[in-house]
Amino acid sequence: MPVENSNTNLNKTIIKIEDFSFFYGNNQALFGINLNIPEREVTALIGPSGCGKSTLLRSINRMNDLVDEAKHTGKIILQDQDIHDPHLEVISLRKRVGMVFQKSNPFPKSIYENVVFGLRIAGKTNKSDLDEIVERSLKDAALWKEVKDRLKDNALGLSGGQMQRLCIARAIANQPEVLLMDEPCSALDPVATAKIESLIHELKKNYTIVIVTHNMQQASRVSDRTAFLYMGKLIEYDETEKLFTNPKEQQTEDYITGRFG
Amino acid sequence: MALKKHKTAQASGEPMVWMTAMGLSLGILMILGLLALIFYKGLEVFWPKRVAQIEIKTEDGHVQSLIGEIVLKRERSSHKISKKEKSEDIQRELQIFMGNKEALGQAFRFIGQDKIEKISHPQDVIKLERLEYGSAMGVPEAIYETGKPPVLYKIKEPFKKRFEELVKQYKQRWEEIRYIEKHSIGKINIEMEGLTLQKKKLEKESETLSQPSPEIQKQLQEIEKETQTLQNQYQILADQAKALRNKQKGAQLSLKLANGETSKVEFSQILEYYYPNQLTQWQRIKMFFHKIWLFLSQEPREANTEGGVFPALFGTLTMTLLMTIVVVPFGVIAAIYLKEYAKQGFLVRTVRIAVNNLAGVPSIVFGVFGMGFFVYMVGGSIDQLFFSQKLPTPTFGTGGLLWASLTLALLTVPVVIVATEEALGAVSQNIREGALGCGASKWQMIQKIILPASAPGILTGAILAMARGAGEVAPLMLVGVVKLAPTLPINSQFPYIHLDQKFMHLGFHIYDLGFQSPDSEAAKPIVFATTLLLILLVLLLNLGAIILRERLRKKYASGKF
Repeated sequence: MPVENSNTNLNKTIIKIEDFSFFYGNNQALFGINLNIPEREVTALIGPSGCGKSTLLRSINRMNDLVDEAKHTGKIILQDQDIHDPHLEVISLRKRVGMVFQKSNPFPKSIYENVVFGLRIAGKTNKSDLDEIVERSLKDAALWKEVKDRLKDNALGLSGGQMQRLCIARAIANQPEVLLMDEPCSALDPVATAKIESLIHELKKNYTIVIVTHNMQQASRVSDRTAFLYMGKLIEYDETEKLFTNPKEQQTEDYITGRFG
Repeated sequence: MALKKHKTAQASGEPMVWMTAMGLSLGILMILGLLALIFYKGLEVFWPKRVAQIEIKTEDGHVQSLIGEIVLKRERSSHKISKKEKSEDIQRELQIFMGNKEALGQAFRFIGQDKIEKISHPQDVIKLERLEYGSAMGVPEAIYETGKPPVLYKIKEPFKKRFEELVKQYKQRWEEIRYIEKHSIGKINIEMEGLTLQKKKLEKESETLSQPSPEIQKQLQEIEKETQTLQNQYQILADQAKALRNKQKGAQLSLKLANGETSKVEFSQILEYYYPNQLTQWQRIKMFFHKIWLFLSQEPREANTEGGVFPALFGTLTMTLLMTIVVVPFGVIAAIYLKEYAKQGFLVRTVRIAVNNLAGVPSIVFGVFGMGFFVYMVGGSIDQLFFSQKLPTPTFGTGGLLWASLTLALLTVPVVIVATEEALGAVSQNIREGALGCGASKWQMIQKIILPASAPGILTGAILAMARGAGEVAPLMLVGVVKLAPTLPINSQFPYIHLDQKFMHLGFHIYDLGFQSPDSEAAKPIVFATTLLLILLVLLLNLGAIILRERLRKKYASGKF
């Protein structure tokens, strides 16, 4: 199926996905995806359950390496570098491409230690540097005001929405170029969801964000561009406004009007 | 359709609820019963009982009198009694502890209740703990000292004062003698041994040389000189001890026994004393705790049937802790590989089953393995390599603290592996991905996130291992436990922790007292007391680990084990 990448109003491309297919054992999950993700914009991946959007997202920081018998063909290029290059360390990739998960997963440590986790394992120990990064990351994640007096408390004592923002703070403490979000609001109430959404608006000034969402309203609210996937294939990829108001493909229209999925 | 009621109890499953509940209650009852028995019997030993004077009718109509503690009242075994004489008194018999083993020949006696004429509690009875022959009981008559007029018991105040003075004086001197013999002379012995080894080594060296080397000759002479000084020091100390020992003779207490005879007790024999029928309740309680303290802090005497269990307690504690220090890292590392790194497949499954089965292997098999592998192979090789000058006396080539700990570590490692694997598996995939997503390598993820989060579960494994290891006796008999160890495995002699030394163990102590003792009646109370102590020790170790686990659990609140 031909996929049109409209080039109007496009920032510089940061991630280039070229003819990317992915297999779980003998099951093919993705079929020849071609996608250019622009810098400092929010790109949403939508589609019905099992369409491969999470698989695609997790391929970008090679989180799928953890799955036994996973294999792939094609390329994903981050800033002119093939992420599957055997000489490239996965760890350095994951530092450049941070991730926020569907279910918030703070470590059973203090709030402070959660934020500096990535820095500590990278070997940074200077206390004042770390303090500064903690403050900046928590401010960026709009959590600073709520937790600044209890940084030493266990992170598991936070509310669901706070935990998710803490995970965002933890991801951006590493200063990644790209932030992947896998349905970050699916376990949150509407108030917490609204907070995260406005946070995404703020974050896109500095970071490239790729977000998987089930919620089409959310996709239309937060994203600049939207990709619709169906049965492992990329059906349509366009500016969000265009895709939602004037979809080119029948399947896209069916999906966004709620006729299936 | 209307909802139906159960027609029978069967259908509601009620009988099964009852049956399962009964099974559980039965188990709990049995455990509680066992604990209650051990607690009661174990603590009863220390309670200062009143001493009774019992008058009994003998067959020929005479009246015989004896003094003792009533230890046990029990039903007579039924086949001895014909049905006609089935009165209460005939059926019951008393066990009396009379002490004075050297005078009476036996310390315990059974008496039918029907034979008893009168039981009274004379005020003047004194009970003495002695160095030898167990305790003595009787009415004091007088103190005899060479060259002094006897101090009679009838004149209360001077007797009491002199008696107290003498007991204190003799005890002090006895402790002095022990210090000299065990500590000072022991130290010289160790130094001498070192010199002898040096000498042997030099002599061997000079044998290999073709010409006698003046260097070696000089060193040998020096050693000779040092040996001589040590010998002199030893002589001085030995003379000191001998002089003290001579002073220990001379003072005696004469006791009137129940059968009318008089027994003389040397003051050097008396360790503790009290008047069992004069104690107030408060004094009795104080005495009770004092006796417990003596039991815990003293060394055993008289083939372990008297005195305390301190060396056994200390040995058990040291061995268990050493075992835990070995087994936990070993088990955790193995479990990490099995769970985190190994490719899950047929091989890993087989290994896992094998590990689980290892937990079911009879412990004596581990003992045999420990002796064959650790003691003879590893220990023997160590001796060949590092202690060859001491051979044929083995250093590590014989049972000892290290080999016992390693053998038990091997025995308990499956418990730690299984518990750790479960704890590692309980850390959610979600958190693992979080760590990897932050750029952690697999090892960093395990080290920084998974291990802390599974620490409570690992500690559960350690607790189980400790409980199992502390109570194990059979393998220890092969790899280093002895009936009586001359010194503690940790003491003030360099290198302080003696891994090669044999040690005492509470479990073995129980076995030894209960089944190997020449006087099993006399040993019975101590068996119960030692059993209680072993249970309490395991409880204490576990409690420590549980407190640690709770603190960790609070810290890493996600751990649910």
